[in-house]
Amino acid sequence: MFFFYPLASILGVSLREGGPWGSDVIGRLFSSWIYVRVLWFTTWQAALSTVLTLAVALPGAYVFARYRFPGKTLILSLTAVPFVLPSVVVAAAFQALLGERGLLNGWLMGALNLPSPPITLDHTIWFILLAHVFYNYSVIVRIVGNYWSRLRPVTAEAAKMLGASPWRVFFEITVPLLMPAILAASMLVFIFCFSSFGVILILGGPRFSTIEVEIYRQAVHLFNLPMAAVLSLLQILLTLAFMGVYTTLQRSSSLPVYTESRSVTEKRITGMKDWIFVGANGLVILILLCAPIAALMVRSFHAQDGFTLDFYRSLFMYRDQSLFPIAPIAATLYSVGFALSTLVLSVSIALPAAVLLTWHRFRIVRFLDPVLMLPLATSAVTLGFGFIIALDEPPLNLRTSLALIPLAHTLVAYPFVVRSVLPALRSIPKELKEAASILGATPLQVFFGVIMPIVSRAVMVGAVFAFTISIGEFGATVLVARPQTPTMTLAIYRFLGQPGEMNYGCAMAMSTLLMAVTAGGFLLLDRIRIAREGEF
Amino acid sequence: MNTHKILVLCIISAAVACTIPACTKQEKASEPPELTVMTHDSFKVSERIIKDFEQSYGCKVVILKSGDAGTALNQAILSKKNPLADIFYGIDNTFMGRALKEDLFEPYNAPGLRDIPGELILDKSGRLLPVDFGDVCLNFDKAWFARKKITPPASLEDLLKPGYKDLLVVENPATSSPGLAFLLATIGHFGEEGYIEFWKKLKSNGVLVSGGWEDAYWGQFTAASKGTRPVVVSYASSPPAEVYFSKTPLDEAPTAAVVEPGTVFRQVEFAGILKGTKHPELARRFVDYMLNIPFQEDIPLQMFVFPANKHAGLPEVFTKYAVLAEEPVALNPDTISTNREAWIEAWTDAVLR
Repeated sequence: MFFFYPLASILGVSLREGGPWGSDVIGRLFSSWIYVRVLWFTTWQAALSTVLTLAVALPGAYVFARYRFPGKTLILSLTAVPFVLPSVVVAAAFQALLGERGLLNGWLMGALNLPSPPITLDHTIWFILLAHVFYNYSVIVRIVGNYWSRLRPVTAEAAKMLGASPWRVFFEITVPLLMPAILAASMLVFIFCFSSFGVILILGGPRFSTIEVEIYRQAVHLFNLPMAAVLSLLQILLTLAFMGVYTTLQRSSSLPVYTESRSVTEKRITGMKDWIFVGANGLVILILLCAPIAALMVRSFHAQDGFTLDFYRSLFMYRDQSLFPIAPIAATLYSVGFALSTLVLSVSIALPAAVLLTWHRFRIVRFLDPVLMLPLATSAVTLGFGFIIALDEPPLNLRTSLALIPLAHTLVAYPFVVRSVLPALRSIPKELKEAASILGATPLQVFFGVIMPIVSRAVMVGAVFAFTISIGEFGATVLVARPQTPTMTLAIYRFLGQPGEMNYGCAMAMSTLLMAVTAGGFLLLDRIRIAREGEF
Repeated sequence: MNTHKILVLCIISAAVACTIPACTKQEKASEPPELTVMTHDSFKVSERIIKDFEQSYGCKVVILKSGDAGTALNQAILSKKNPLADIFYGIDNTFMGRALKEDLFEPYNAPGLRDIPGELILDKSGRLLPVDFGDVCLNFDKAWFARKKITPPASLEDLLKPGYKDLLVVENPATSSPGLAFLLATIGHFGEEGYIEFWKKLKSNGVLVSGGWEDAYWGQFTAASKGTRPVVVSYASSPPAEVYFSKTPLDEAPTAAVVEPGTVFRQVEFAGILKGTKHPELARRFVDYMLNIPFQEDIPLQMFVFPANKHAGLPEVFTKYAVLAEEPVALNPDTISTNREAWIEAWTDAVLR
C-alpha cells in the first residue's frame, strides 16, 4: 500500500510523458553508451564492495561469535555506529585521516621525507570501496556472527577428531552451515552498495555515477522524469533478478541446524594463536572503524584556538536568530522517537512476513521473497515523488503528516529485519514444531513457545538495524520533516549548509552525539530479551 | 519483559500511531486557517517574524521544506492538481523558466514590487516575485595566498594561468545549484561558442570538480578544512558568514570573494502564489509581508543572501565584510531554460568524460 501504489503512480505519470510506454526514452537509454557504462559500474563496484566487506568482516564475525572477552557488547555496538553517519560527515572524517593534508599523509611525509603526499584517495574508486566496507562491516558481523554463535561447535569438533585439517573443517563444515546467513548478509550489502548514493556523489566525486545518482541527476536537475522513471524501473528489475538468484541459492543451502545457547558456544581467549587472531581483528576494527570516529570526536572538541566545549554548549541554546526554531539538542528527541516507532512498526510487519516466507508449500511465496526486498532498492527520489502524487486524497492524504517519517523509515528498515530473522527461522528443524504440535500445543503456542525463543536473538538483531536505519535516514526525512521537528541528520546537514567555524564545530558535535545515541540505543536494546534464549 | 507484554505494547503503539493523524484532522475544522509555505531546505526565518504575521492575520503558518531547490520545485509540479501549499518560495532564475512553463502560479502585482530594483524583476507578469538574491562567485583563502606570496586570481581568465594550476575546486553543475550558477557565469562571459573551450583549458589546468557545495567547501577548500584547494566557487556572502559564525570574534574575514565584472552570476530567488490555493487573500498578504522591511531585514543573517527590497537595511557584518558585484553576468532566464540540459551535457562531456 505505502510502497507499490506510490511507485506505480510515479512510474505511470513519468512514462506517459515519454512516448507510448516510454519507448522514446528506452530507445535513447540503450543507444547511448553512457548509460551502459553507468550500469556496468554500478554492478561491479557493488560486487567488489561486497566481496571486500566479506573478506574483512567474516573473521570479525567469528571473533564475536566464538570468543568471550570483556567489553564485547560495547565493541559490537560501536561497529554499527558508521551505519548512521551521513556521507558528508564520513567524507570529513576520512579527509582528516587520509586526505592529502590528513594525519596519515602528514606522518608518512615526515617519516619518509617525501615531497608529496603518498596517499591520494580522494575522488577515487578506492575511497568508494573503503567507505562501503566502513558502512557495511556491521551488517556482516551482526547477521553472520549471530548465526554463527548459535551453531554447535560439536559438529566441527567431531570432524577434527576424525582427522580433518582446520581448513577442511572450515570450508566443508562451517561454511556450508553458515551459508544462509552469509548469503542473506551479502545480499543486503550488495543491494545497499548497488543503490549507493551519498558515498558515490560526495566521496567518489563526479566522475563516478551509479544508477541511483543518475536518477537524481535526471529527475531533479534536468527535469527528465521519463528517463528517471525508466532508470528506476531498470534498477528495480535488476534487483529482482539478483534477488531471484539469491533465493535460489538460499533455498538450496538452507540446512536444519540444532542450536546451542551462547554460554556453550563461547570460549575464552587462550593460547598464542587465539590472541593473535583476536588481536588482528581488534586492529582491523580499530583502524577501519575507530580511527575515523575518533577523528570526528576530536574535531567536535577542537577549535582553531585549542580545546573547547563551545560547540556542545551552543547545541543547547535557543536563539531566535539561529538555524532552528528550537534548541538543536531537541533533534535528539525527535530522532529517538522516530527510531523507536520505526523499530516497533518494522518488527511487527517483518516478523509475520518472515514466517510467511518459510511456508514453502505455497508457490507464491517464492515470488514474494524478492518482492519484499524491493523497497531497499528503490530510489528515494522516485519514491518520494511517488508519495507526493499518490497519497494526495483522503483517506490517504498523508503528504504533510508527521506519521510519514516512521512509515518511510519502515519501508527501508523492514527488509533488514526480514533478512536477519529468516535464516534463523529456516534453520528450525521441522520435527521440533511437529513434536510440539503432537504434544498438544496450539499453533500460537508453538509460535511463542518454540519459534520465538529460537529466533529471539535474530529479531533483536533486526530491531537494532531498524533503529539504526531510522536514526541515519536522510533522503526521505528531508522531504517530509518540519522545521520544528528536525532529526539529528537533518540538523547536521543544516549546520553544514553555511560557512563558518561555529557551524562546522556544531555539525561535528552533533555527529558525535548521533554516534553516542546510536551506541547507547544498542546497549539498551541488547539488554532487552524478547524471550528466554533458546536452549536446544 | 515477556513476549506477550511486548506484543500488547506493539499493538497499542500501532493503534495510537493510527489515531494521531485522525485526531489532527478533526481538530482542523475549528482551527484558524492554515497557510502553507512550500520551500527548499535552506529556508530560514526568525520565529518572531512568523509569529507577528500569525497574530496580525489570525492564522497559522506552516513551513513545508521539501528537499533541495530542484526537488522542491519538482514536487510542486507533480502536485499541481492538488497543491501541497499556498505559496512557493525558493525558485531561482535558473529554474524559473521551467516553473513558468508549468503554469504553477497566480499573477499578483504586489504593491511591494515598487521598492524592488527593476533588474531583479525578471518575470514581468507578477507570477514570480523577487525576494532576495545572492552572488555566486570565486572565494579564496586569504591566509594561503599571503603565505605563498601569490596574488589571488581576479578574473576567470586568470584561472587558466600556470601559476594557478591545481588551486580551484568547483561544484558539478549537474548536481549542485552554485555549480550551475558558475557554469552560467562562464557562458555569459565567454559566450555559447567560447565557454567549452574555457572549461577544457581549465581542466588541463587542474580544476577539481566536487559533487556539491558541502564537499567543495568543507572537504576541499583550504580555509575551511584539511583540503588542498585555496579557491572555491561559493557566494559573495560567504566571507561575512565566516565572520558571523566564527568561534572567536574576528576583525577580518578569513576568506574573500572575487566580484570583478564578468565573473559573477546573480541568483535571484522568487516567491509565488500557487494556483489552486484555498486562501488566496491570505497568500497575497503573506507575499506582501515577505517583501516588507521586517521580513527583508531578517533575511541576511538567516539565509546569508541579500534582501531584494532596496530600502531594507543590512546588518553590520554585511556592510563591513560583504561586497556585491557591480556587473554580474547577464543571461536571459528563457535562454537558460531552453539550453540548460544541453549546456550541462556539453559541460559533462568536456570536463568529466
